[in-house]
Amino acid sequence: MWDNIKEFASEFFVTGDPLIYGADVAIGLSIVAIVFVMTYFKKWTWLWREWLTTVDHKRIGIMYVIASLLMLFRGGVDALLMRTQLAMPELEFLSPEHYNGIFTTHGVIMILFMAMPLMFGLFNLVVPLQIGARDVAFPFLNSLSFWLFFWGAMLFNVSFVIGGSPDTGWLAYPPLSGIQFSPGVGQDFYIWGIQISGIGSLMTGINFIVTILKMRAPGMKLMKMPMFSWSVLSSSLTIILAFPILTITLALLFIDRYLGAHFFTLDGGGNPMMYINLIWMWGHPEVYIVILPAFGIFSEIVATFSKKRLFGYKSMVFALMAISVTSFFTWAHHFFTMGSGANVNVFFAISTMIIAIPTGVKVFNWLFTMFRGKITIKTPMLWTIGFIPCFVVGGMTGVMLSVAPADFQFHNSYFLIAHFHQVLIGGVAFGYFAALSYWWPKVFGFKLNERLGKWAFWMWGIGFYVCFMPQYVLGLMGMTRRVNTYSWDSGWWELNLVSTIGGFLMGIGFLFQVWQILHSIKHMERDTTGDPWDGRTLEWTIPSPAPAYNFAVIPHVNERDSFWEEKQRRERGLVPDPQPELEPIHMPKNSGIPFIKSFCWFVVGFGFVFDWLWMSIPGVIGIIACMLAHSFNYKTDYYIPVEEIKRTEAAARGSI
Amino acid sequence: MKRGFRRLTTLLSLGVMTLLLSGCSNDIIVLNPKGEIAKHQMDLIYITTGLCLLIILPVLILTFFIVWRYRNRPDSKAKYKPEWEHNTKLEVVWWTIPVIIIILIGIVTVQYTYKLEPSKPLEHEADPIVIQVTSLDWKWLFQYPDQDIATVNYVQFPEDVPIRFELTSDAPMNSFWIPQLGGQIYTMSGMAMTLHLIADEPGEYLGSGANFSGKDFAKMQFVANATSQEEFDQWVEQIKATSPELTDEGYQALAEPGVSEKVTYSGLPENLFERTVAKYGSKHNHGSVEHDEQTHDEQERG
Repeated sequence: MWDNIKEFASEFFVTGDPLIYGADVAIGLSIVAIVFVMTYFKKWTWLWREWLTTVDHKRIGIMYVIASLLMLFRGGVDALLMRTQLAMPELEFLSPEHYNGIFTTHGVIMILFMAMPLMFGLFNLVVPLQIGARDVAFPFLNSLSFWLFFWGAMLFNVSFVIGGSPDTGWLAYPPLSGIQFSPGVGQDFYIWGIQISGIGSLMTGINFIVTILKMRAPGMKLMKMPMFSWSVLSSSLTIILAFPILTITLALLFIDRYLGAHFFTLDGGGNPMMYINLIWMWGHPEVYIVILPAFGIFSEIVATFSKKRLFGYKSMVFALMAISVTSFFTWAHHFFTMGSGANVNVFFAISTMIIAIPTGVKVFNWLFTMFRGKITIKTPMLWTIGFIPCFVVGGMTGVMLSVAPADFQFHNSYFLIAHFHQVLIGGVAFGYFAALSYWWPKVFGFKLNERLGKWAFWMWGIGFYVCFMPQYVLGLMGMTRRVNTYSWDSGWWELNLVSTIGGFLMGIGFLFQVWQILHSIKHMERDTTGDPWDGRTLEWTIPSPAPAYNFAVIPHVNERDSFWEEKQRRERGLVPDPQPELEPIHMPKNSGIPFIKSFCWFVVGFGFVFDWLWMSIPGVIGIIACMLAHSFNYKTDYYIPVEEIKRTEAAARGSI
Repeated sequence: MKRGFRRLTTLLSLGVMTLLLSGCSNDIIVLNPKGEIAKHQMDLIYITTGLCLLIILPVLILTFFIVWRYRNRPDSKAKYKPEWEHNTKLEVVWWTIPVIIIILIGIVTVQYTYKLEPSKPLEHEADPIVIQVTSLDWKWLFQYPDQDIATVNYVQFPEDVPIRFELTSDAPMNSFWIPQLGGQIYTMSGMAMTLHLIADEPGEYLGSGANFSGKDFAKMQFVANATSQEEFDQWVEQIKATSPELTDEGYQALAEPGVSEKVTYSGLPENLFERTVAKYGSKHNHGSVEHDEQTHDEQERG
């Protein structure tokens, strides 16, 4: 009996690596600490009532942000482990298997469990406030989306201590990811983790399209909508077209692995090429999904901190939409070197380059928003200004990569690595960091420390260039991606060492951000005005942090930048229209079903990973039970009475 | 017009070249080509870099200028126009400039894509030498059907003679890359790809697998050695005289996952490459229809 248990444990848990044992201990200690603190302060009911069952978009947004920052830490540690292994030639810091697992999880986590949830967090925190709505269109679904993401991410994350990480690259090309070449459970963790959270992403896309189209404040025509909401709309449209492809592709891969089908296998008539086409039909739009909201963020910030209207609004809207459509016609540029012939390569080279046009136009529009403005350089603006040169250079190398015959030399090399990190860090990460510091006071009611924020920016900015500029050169020196080591005579070591130093500088930048948040919580600089940056859009009209119902009275909108115009009118001495009487506010009730149902999905996924039907079947039953319970639940809403609204408003405004 | 354009690109490329190569040695091998294809690709890299810089340099300068000029200070003399949000002329200008640049890059790309299509034979007086490449877990097998020899993780060929690489995989796909001779091409099971390259001068060049294929993927580097025709012939004779024969069983053992040193073989199993390709074919597979035609062509040629 004891031997059986020992044998099982040695297969179930990942063993034989001191780094993993360290992680085991850390995870164990953290869990014990959390359980102890929660029990000691009797916070379990509070956690359940206020957070796990909430359907408030602002709280869901906060949970997305926390989860994604944790994932940024995990993905960042992966990155630093990789850079440490590559700092010098012939190091044996990580074994090849461990290295392969780490670059795979780094890619998956950064794209799917860091960038995506941080983006969804920002959608949730900002969009309803910006369009003058009291909530998203489907609050229950919103909570379900979050918990599906959360449990999907957890399922993916446990793989490195239980069972083993996937190790076939972030897009898991078959046949390598098929059962023949990857018989372990890592690949199944990959499939189920992404699948579960991917369903959540798809639903978020639907939710925000409906929210933006149906829930805007009266008078806010689409062409009067703030640019960030536009970017969310374009990104969400891309999500609902792209994510079903991912779902099907992973399902087919799972059927191959689990039921022995031959969609993508080498033998039995399978065609791995079909997977590669499908995964990039999702994968390429995916990178635009995460960058489009960043464009919206920069548009908001540039206008606010230049104290000037956004230049070329219509151009900007058109460019956003053009990018989200064109992004679906570029996927084959990921395999120019697969011998599809000159005609195919020409088509995808040109369609890729075309994306550079609307993107370039946006840069000009941001520049001319600053032109003849009054630029105040606070942290959010600093990220925005840092983004422009970084993104322009990254865009240029992107165009260079899209030149098909030249891509034969760049493809799979460190040149490519440098390019996509430049647009993803310089564009997406800088953008989301800008957004966090910009909307932070609205969400939490206090500002983040400026000095520490600027330190964080400079560490990230300098670290970025030190890390990735050498990688362009390394690519031209013939260094290919995903190599776990190289020899002394390759001549690559100096630049790799520099690159590693840059990586650690970015790590220090992250520590500054953590310090900034902790420091700001302790020495709160309260935002009593609700409008700390002299903002232009509706979210700045309400108190910080926003009350549960957002707007006591739904605003009426007549122009773009409506709050700014209102402030201008007040300055000229015009009295605003009298507010209508308060009415009771219709609100959705909290529900534990999204949490429980998503956990059931986790159980199903875990069962399938280990081929334990005794675990999966109860999980499926749990999911069905949750659906039934929810469909028979008729008490899903309540009203906030007028007195309570008055009290809340008085308390919030009283501090002014 | 065309001459002016050429002069401009030459000038720009010279500028970029000095920038990139200043202080660097010959280590940047993509920009230190030793074969016709790689030379064209380097030209293309310089031309497109130049065209891109044409637009991004002004943008970068403009960014620094605008941020500096319009930063908010009490004594600022810069104009402030908070309502100014649209100017059709300006917007037409910056929609047009990227369009023109992309059209230029597009024209160059189209020309080079057809010119450098890897399956297109090179124009040269000498007949090409055929080398059949198979990517295995985690090693490269090179077969010389006309010389009746094979090597592992080492490839040698005469300089100034076109090489017709025929490539496939008997493992997860990989990518075959000798940067100084030309760009890479994927090796995939069930398909025979072609890649035409040529070395203009003798030398030992770095070759590698570029597409991740599992555990010891990093060990899939090889030396590509271009020598004179005499040296090549001698090398072939020497292998024939000293090396063991590659048998079907020997191939089975070689194809097992694992790393390998440099190995040479005299003699090949009959049609080993074609059989490797056909192994993964099936009548229901689109990919294999092409490959059937290809192998058919090859049999005719052979």
